[in-house]
Amino acid sequence: MAPYPQAGPTGTDFTSVGVQDMMKLYYSRLFPTQEMAKWLAYGNDSKHPQSDPSFFPRREFCFTLDGDIFGGAELAAALKDRCPSKLDIGPVYNVEPQRRAAYQNSAQGFVPVERELVFDIDLTDYDDVRTCGQGGHICTKCWPLMAAAIQILDQGLRRDFGFRHILFVFSGRRGVHCWVCDERARKLSDEQRSAIASYFAVYKGQERGVAKLVLTSDDHPAIARAYALLREAFEERILPQQQLLEEEEVRKAVLAYLPNDAIRSAVRQRWQGVHGSEARWEALKEEVEAEAQALERGKKGWEARAMRRSLKAVVFACAYPRLDMEVSKKMNHLLKAPFCVHPKTGKVCVPVRPEEAYEFDPDTVCTVGGLLNQLNSSGSAAAQGEEPWRATDMGLAVDTFRQCLLDGLQEEVRAGLARKSRAAAAAAEAGLAF
Amino acid sequence: SKPALSMYRALPDGEIAIEEFERFAMDRLRVLKGIEDLKVKGFRFDQMEPKILELYEQHMGGATSEERHRKDIISHFVLRLAYCSTDDLRRWLLAQECDLFRARFNQMLADEQVPQEFSEELREKLLQVLMSLPGVKATAGMVTADSFYKVPFEQVPDLVASRRVYLQAGFAYVSRDQMSSLVIQPFRAALSKALTVTARRWEVVVAPGEADRLAPMVQSLSRRYLGPDFSNREVDDDKRPKAADIPRLARESFPLCMATMYDALHEKHHLKHDGRLQFRLFLKGIGLPLDQALHFWRTEMAPVTPTEKFTKEYEYGIKHSYGKEGKRTDYTPYTCAKIVSSIPGVDQVHGCPYRTFNQQSLRSALGRLQVSPAKIEEAVGKAAAGHYQLACAAAWEGKHGCSCDSGINHPNQYFEESRKALQ
Repeated sequence: MAPYPQAGPTGTDFTSVGVQDMMKLYYSRLFPTQEMAKWLAYGNDSKHPQSDPSFFPRREFCFTLDGDIFGGAELAAALKDRCPSKLDIGPVYNVEPQRRAAYQNSAQGFVPVERELVFDIDLTDYDDVRTCGQGGHICTKCWPLMAAAIQILDQGLRRDFGFRHILFVFSGRRGVHCWVCDERARKLSDEQRSAIASYFAVYKGQERGVAKLVLTSDDHPAIARAYALLREAFEERILPQQQLLEEEEVRKAVLAYLPNDAIRSAVRQRWQGVHGSEARWEALKEEVEAEAQALERGKKGWEARAMRRSLKAVVFACAYPRLDMEVSKKMNHLLKAPFCVHPKTGKVCVPVRPEEAYEFDPDTVCTVGGLLNQLNSSGSAAAQGEEPWRATDMGLAVDTFRQCLLDGLQEEVRAGLARKSRAAAAAAEAGLAF
Repeated sequence: SKPALSMYRALPDGEIAIEEFERFAMDRLRVLKGIEDLKVKGFRFDQMEPKILELYEQHMGGATSEERHRKDIISHFVLRLAYCSTDDLRRWLLAQECDLFRARFNQMLADEQVPQEFSEELREKLLQVLMSLPGVKATAGMVTADSFYKVPFEQVPDLVASRRVYLQAGFAYVSRDQMSSLVIQPFRAALSKALTVTARRWEVVVAPGEADRLAPMVQSLSRRYLGPDFSNREVDDDKRPKAADIPRLARESFPLCMATMYDALHEKHHLKHDGRLQFRLFLKGIGLPLDQALHFWRTEMAPVTPTEKFTKEYEYGIKHSYGKEGKRTDYTPYTCAKIVSSIPGVDQVHGCPYRTFNQQSLRSALGRLQVSPAKIEEAVGKAAAGHYQLACAAAWEGKHGCSCDSGINHPNQYFEESRKALQ
């Protein structure tokens, strides 16, 4: 089978059915409720003495049902009953969310206790640097921007912050979400989350047609590492696929990063005899390097460095991840759950493996209609005792989910419970009330 | 175990004798004024650090660490009382206390530092981070095992947010300066807030009940001069100056303020009241005995003052200064602070010439005092900047040809240092 769930053959029944009408079937036959519950329980669903049965009920779930919003959950039953068009996950609170009103004005208040560190990247934020479409558009030409973002985030979160349980999810229409599920990440304060988001922030909006970039003249090691990744992605995928230097608008925007008018006219001159974005980029690089060397010969080392840095600025402006900072900053932010179905496209929010990010094809992500067709045709071919959906593309998606997140998480969860047991035993010995 | 460096968050408990109350505060004040002096002299913080610690040892030392700790806390809080009442005072205390805290904190860090294992690769990355910081001239020598601290990234969110630290596997590598800043910011903020709160509460709660006891002492602390007071000198009679010595002594060792007054007295045979008071207390301070003082003044004023007038109008005043009349208080010679703050009117010559003279007059006066030209310029410059006592010290250096480490805080101190240098 192809590495990612592909849409099945167009069936007679389901691909012509409205998305919302399929939701009941989706939640009763396809949605991996068991895996999701196991994930979000973080070990508190077991018979282990230290498991806390109040933990899962204190998690906030938000169902969107044709515009209405509900809260709190007994997840499986509620999903089947209500068939929300959208499912959002919030933090774990100190008490069950349904009892929010009673606690809000009390001494302890109604406060979030833990929550995954999350990131949200949306292709709409890259409209100024993509030529294949705008707004809700997504395709294989602009997907590499997301792939690059996934890899940079993944590297940074693992190497710099030491996180290990990270899940990237296609957000259903035009971007990706990232869920960092380590216990250490779940316990972060709002301030710490904000700091991590800032650590990854380089692009800070536009000013007079040029991107505002937070870059120093010598790079922080994390920025240098990101640049290495970006440069390759930019030159080999993004630039060629977007043909960025074809349109005059984008060309002008790119030239705006160069330090002076002289180099800009020199480059325009070169471009007259050159076709295709790759060739234009090479020409641009050559002119910039030649000018930098001339400056060096003229003992203008500082200007030479600024000249070379301008190329770097172009790459960062065109390709560095543009995070939605607000999503990451606050514990109580609601974020769409993995395996939701997008109400307009019917596409399922499936996990994406960072090491295969560039191979992911947003155009052929499995849809609820396609999956139901697969269920129909493969139902009888299912192995004995195995649930039918595991033979569909959903099975593949859930496998990815397990490999990227769930299996690794179990170890941390087991270690956490064992630690709590030891602490309880020590406290009991010391005669403390527990 | 050693008590940790205090951040003065909790009010001290227990009883304290009022004498200790005052003495502790004065000792701490000596340290803080010493810090201010160092700054005015233009030292960078890293140059100041060892001197600050020396000052602290000198004035705030104690037999046991508990005693030192107690003195530290109590003196800090007493000074809060003394320096909370106006914006200027609060700012002054905040500035000096933060520098003191920073120096002591750095010392504590250095003492507790456990050298880290640094691989070449890590060293390179740390240097890269240093190089990326704006305003820092990074050199390989700045990355040593004892100049960085490894802390969980959660503890330094500001540094993480601005990418000012190297992160690896969840740890941030914080440089010593960054570490200090992290602790000093909250210290400064807390102290600043505490001072405003203290000011409000002091007036409402403490002052009425303590008006007689504590308030005067606390209020005077912020104006106190802290050096020797040059009174009651125990000097052998034959070592004391005589009236006849004064012209020579004026040329050799009087500070400008006193030399000016001597010249005026000698020329006009008269000084107005404030000048007389300032000058005769100074003369008492250099050891001039009462009978010599009477002789001196009588002689100098003779051309315009008949003897009976002198006896009736001026002799009483001189004896009064020596504590032989009236309240019989042995008055102390004026400090520079006091002299600087007194502004002479027309026909008066008291006060501090570095403040009252214009640049031209100052230059020629210093020339007459035989100060070297380079030092004249330095003194004029310092006087123009408002650093009158530093100007006087510069003049002292220019006259004696050597440096004046102690600075000038008192005219008699100028005189004594001068006599020492001339021996």
